[in-house]
Amino acid sequence: MLSRQELRIAAFSTAVILLSATSGAALAQKKYDTGATDTEIKIGNIMPYSGPASAYGVIGKTEEAYFKKINAEGGVNGRKIDFVTYDDGYSPPKAVEQARKLVESDEVLVVFNPLGTPSNSAIQKYLNSKKVPQLFVATGATKWNDPKSFPWTMGWQPSYQSEGRIYAKFLLKEKPDAKIAVLFQNDDFGKDYLKGLKDGLGAKASMIVAEESYETTEPTIDNHIVKLKATGADTFMSVTTPKFAAQAIKKLAEIEWKPLHIVVNVSASVGSVLKPAGFENSQGILSAAYAKDGADSQWDNDPGMKKFYAFLEKYYPEGNKLDGSVVYGYGAAQTLVKVLQMCGDDLTRANVMKQAASLKDFTPDTLLPGVKINTSDTDFAPIEQLQMMRFKGEKWDLFGDTISGELNN
Amino acid sequence: MSAIQEVVTEAPTVEAVPKRAMTLGAGSSLVMLALLILVPLFVKNFIIFQLTMLLIYGLAVLALNILTGGSGQFSLGQSAFYGVGAYTSAILMEHAGMNYALTLPIAGVICFAFGFLFGQPALRLSGVYLALATFALATAMPQLLKLGYFEPWTGGVQGLVVTKPDAPFGLPMSQDMWLYYFTLAVTIAIYIFSVNLLKSRSGRAFMAIRDNEIAASAMGVDVALYKTLAFGVSAGITGVAGGLGAIAVQFVAPDSYTITLAISLFLGMVVGGVGWLPGSIVGSAFIIFVPNIAEGISKGLSGAVFGVLLFLVIFLVPHGARQVAIVAQQMLGKLKKG
Repeated sequence: MLSRQELRIAAFSTAVILLSATSGAALAQKKYDTGATDTEIKIGNIMPYSGPASAYGVIGKTEEAYFKKINAEGGVNGRKIDFVTYDDGYSPPKAVEQARKLVESDEVLVVFNPLGTPSNSAIQKYLNSKKVPQLFVATGATKWNDPKSFPWTMGWQPSYQSEGRIYAKFLLKEKPDAKIAVLFQNDDFGKDYLKGLKDGLGAKASMIVAEESYETTEPTIDNHIVKLKATGADTFMSVTTPKFAAQAIKKLAEIEWKPLHIVVNVSASVGSVLKPAGFENSQGILSAAYAKDGADSQWDNDPGMKKFYAFLEKYYPEGNKLDGSVVYGYGAAQTLVKVLQMCGDDLTRANVMKQAASLKDFTPDTLLPGVKINTSDTDFAPIEQLQMMRFKGEKWDLFGDTISGELNN
Repeated sequence: MSAIQEVVTEAPTVEAVPKRAMTLGAGSSLVMLALLILVPLFVKNFIIFQLTMLLIYGLAVLALNILTGGSGQFSLGQSAFYGVGAYTSAILMEHAGMNYALTLPIAGVICFAFGFLFGQPALRLSGVYLALATFALATAMPQLLKLGYFEPWTGGVQGLVVTKPDAPFGLPMSQDMWLYYFTLAVTIAIYIFSVNLLKSRSGRAFMAIRDNEIAASAMGVDVALYKTLAFGVSAGITGVAGGLGAIAVQFVAPDSYTITLAISLFLGMVVGGVGWLPGSIVGSAFIIFVPNIAEGISKGLSGAVFGVLLFLVIFLVPHGARQVAIVAQQMLGKLKKG
C-alpha cells in the first residue's frame, strides 16, 4: 500500500504531466471577458434589501447561500462564484448607480436577477449599451422578452401576460360559455394580466362581461365586488395583490356570490391570502403555479425538494421554506449555475447570453414536474408553462397538464 | 395663548446665519473649483458618474438651503419639484426631440411657477404646518405621475428612458465626463447666482423674514411676496437639478421621486449646515456615499448603521459641515500664528 505522501506525489506528477500535455490546447480554448478568470467568476446582483419591497431581499440572500453551496462543492468547472450583491432600496436611480458600480468598479461578468420592474427598466439601456448580460431579471413584466431590441436582457419567471393567456386557454376549454367579470389593479401589473387574458381569448374576448379596476390606495374593494356580482357574471377573475385578493374572497362569501373564482399566482399564497380570508371561504378557488410550494406536504418525498430542504438546512438555516421567495431564489440561482456550466471555458459575455438562449428542457429542483425551461435566439422567456390548481382543504391540488402561455400555439 | 400654541409658534427657529458666513472665501473657493475640475481626469467613469450625482444633489440641497437657511421656511416637498423638473426634461427630450441643454431652463421656469403657486397657500402656514403641507405634496407626486391621463407623456408606472447626450463638437471625452463638466458649469452658474441673490436686496429681505417676520414687515418688506419668491426660486433650482438628474440617470419613473428623496435632501441640508451654501456639496456627499458605506458595514442592518452614523454626526457636529469648517479655519489660524 502506498503511503499518503507517495500518493500525493503520484497525483501531483500525474497532474503535471496531464497539464503539460493539455495546456497548449486548453489555453487556446479558454476565453474570458472582464469578471471571469481561471479561478473565479464574478456575478453582480441588485436587490431591495431596504425600502418598500424589502421582503424580496430574501431572494438575494438565498442566491448568495446557493452560490456558497456551489463553491463548497468545487465551484463551476473549477471556478468559484464571487457573488456581489447591492441594495437599491427599490429606487431606480439607486439601481443605476449600483449597476454602474457593478460593471465599472467591481467588473462583474453578468448582472444576474436584479429585482423590480422600475429598477430593471432603469438599467436596461445602460447594460445593453455596455453589452453586459442582464440575466434572468426578477420581474413578471412582459417587456423583457425582446431579444431584437435588447439582446442582453432576459427574464426568468412566467410573465403576467402569459399567465393571463393560460387562464384564457383553460376557460375556453373548460367553460366556453363563461361570463367573466375581471377585477384588476390599475397599474402595469393588472393591465399586463388583462391584456394576456384578452389575447388568449382572442375572438371570444366578448366573454368578458365586466371589467373593474381598483387603486392600491383604496381601503376596501367591496363596492367593486358588489358591482361585478350585479352584472350576472358566473366567473370571477381576481387580478389582485395579496391584501385585496383576501378581501375579495371574504366579500364573495359575505354576499353569497359563488362564481368560478380564479386568483392570480401572485396572490396564491396560502399563508398570506387564503388563510387570512378563511379556508372555508376559499374552497374551490383556482389558480396556476410553476414552482413547488415549500409548505405543501405532497413534495416531502420529491427528490428535487429534498435537495432544496437539505440546502436550506446546511447553507441557509434562517431561510423560511414557506416563503415563496426562497423557492424562487433557489430556482433562479440554479438556472444561472446551469448556464455557467454550459459555458465551459468560454466565459465571455456573448457566450453567456448564447448559452442562456440555448437552454433545452432544463428543470430546476423547485419547479413543478412538467414545467421546463426552454429558450432560443428568439425566445428570451425561460419559464412559460404553468399548471392549474384548485384549493381544497388547506392546500392547493394541482390538476391537468402543464399549459403553455406562449402566444403561437 | 395656550401652552400648545406657544410651543408650535416657537418651534421653527432657524439659527440666524450672517450673510458673510453663508459662503466661502475666495481662496478656498478657487481650491474647491480646481479640485472639481481636475479630479474627473484621473478617475473611472463610474466615479465621474457619482461625482455628477454629487453635484446634482448638491444643487437640490442648495435650493433647499436658500429656502430654509435664507428665508426660514421648511419644505419636505422638494422631491416633488425635483420630479417635475426631471419629467419636464425627459418629456421634452424624448417626445419633442429637444436638445437636453435647452430643456433645463424650461424645467427651471416650470418649477419656479409651480413653486411660486404652491407658495401662495403655503403663505398662511408656518413652521411645522408648512412642513406638513409640503410633505403632502411630496407624497402626492408619485401617484400624480402615475395617473392615466398623463400616461401618453409620462409613460405611467413604466417611466421614460432618456438618451444620454454625446460630447459636442467632437470633443474627445466620454459621455460621462462631458455630462460632468456640463453639470459643473450649470452648478457654478447657479451657485454664483444664489450667492448674489442672498447678498442682494431680495436676499436681505429673505433673511429679515427669517429672523423676525413682524420686524421685517414693519421695515417695509413685502412678506407675502418674498416668501413665495423664496419658494419659487428654490423650486426652480430644484427643477434644474431634477432635469440634470434625469439626463445623468437616463431614466425617470414615479418611484424615483418619493418622500424618501425629499427627506434625503433635508438630511443633506442639515448635515451640510443650514444656511451655509458650500455645505450643500458636503451634505450631498453624505446622502450619496454614507448609505454605501453603511451597506459595506452590514447588508442586513444598513439602515441601522446609517442611523447610527447620522446620529453621530448630529451629536458631534450639530451645525454640520459649517462647524467643521470653522474649527478647521481656527486651527489653521493658530498654526499660522505659531
